[in-house]
Amino acid sequence: METGIGAHEVVAAEHPPTSTGMSNTKVAMWTFLASECLLFGALISTYLLYRGRVVSGPKPGDVYDIPFTSVSSFVLLMSSLTMVLAVHAIAEGDQAKCRTWLVATALLGMTFISGQVYEFTTFVHEGLALTTNVFSTAFFVLTGFHGAHVTVGIIMLLSLFGLSLDGKIPQSRAETVEMVGLYWHFVDVVWIVIFTLVYLIPSPGGSA
Amino acid sequence: MSAHGSVGAEVAAVGAHGEQRPHPSVGQYVRVAIILGVVTAGEVGLYYLQAIPDGMLIALLVFFSAIKFSLVALWFMHLRFDSRLLRRLFVTGIILAGSVYAIVLATFLLR
Repeated sequence: METGIGAHEVVAAEHPPTSTGMSNTKVAMWTFLASECLLFGALISTYLLYRGRVVSGPKPGDVYDIPFTSVSSFVLLMSSLTMVLAVHAIAEGDQAKCRTWLVATALLGMTFISGQVYEFTTFVHEGLALTTNVFSTAFFVLTGFHGAHVTVGIIMLLSLFGLSLDGKIPQSRAETVEMVGLYWHFVDVVWIVIFTLVYLIPSPGGSA
Repeated sequence: MSAHGSVGAEVAAVGAHGEQRPHPSVGQYVRVAIILGVVTAGEVGLYYLQAIPDGMLIALLVFFSAIKFSLVALWFMHLRFDSRLLRRLFVTGIILAGSVYAIVLATFLLR
């Protein structure tokens, strides 16, 4: 199939014609991700607005554990590598390797979520709960929403793994893995922004 | 359904609005991941450098963050290789979110 027939013809034969010339699923996923930018933009802006207005309770710099969060961030970054390797493997028709990378990605995602649960628990023990002050509310809502997205991603990865075990993710359905991959990478890029703006950049109060 | 399935791993989907460019190899993905790790280490190192003024620290951290964001979006999400339409869709979302919330933050923080 790779010789004599151009890629365009092969794709045209497999895809029903669309007005964009691309898979509608892919266009829909990118549109969804573009809309998610607005959701996380709102949450990040709210956090930036309120983090310097703490009148009672711990401030950002009092509770953040930068080395711990740095390791969590690294884990999530590396999960993007394993995810793209899963997409690459299924595109090459190697289902076993794809499953391996899917599981690796899910495990790295679980490690990240475990870290977040540990962080939240520590903060609560240090006196910073959801309703302690405006900073804590903005922080927990932002990172909680992100954690929920990661959790949904893990569920999708494990579902893909199960489907693949049943032989329902052949090479011809590589786009399914690619769509989950796009979602996973998006969750990663959102964390890249959160890690910098929330954890690393000093707050106006001077304590973070 | 997938272009990959039929024309091999190295060929991205082709569309009327898109260009066909080969997807990266495993080695290239690993190199991008190493760069991401190094940049993250650099960010954390900057955080602990007391000598840098806040303004410069913020500018450098945002710059490093933008590099990481771009690397993941362009290489792992294949925006560099897939159709321009997808790139425009995502960039529109980012610009819309960025400008709307920049105005919101300016409104509340500068008054």
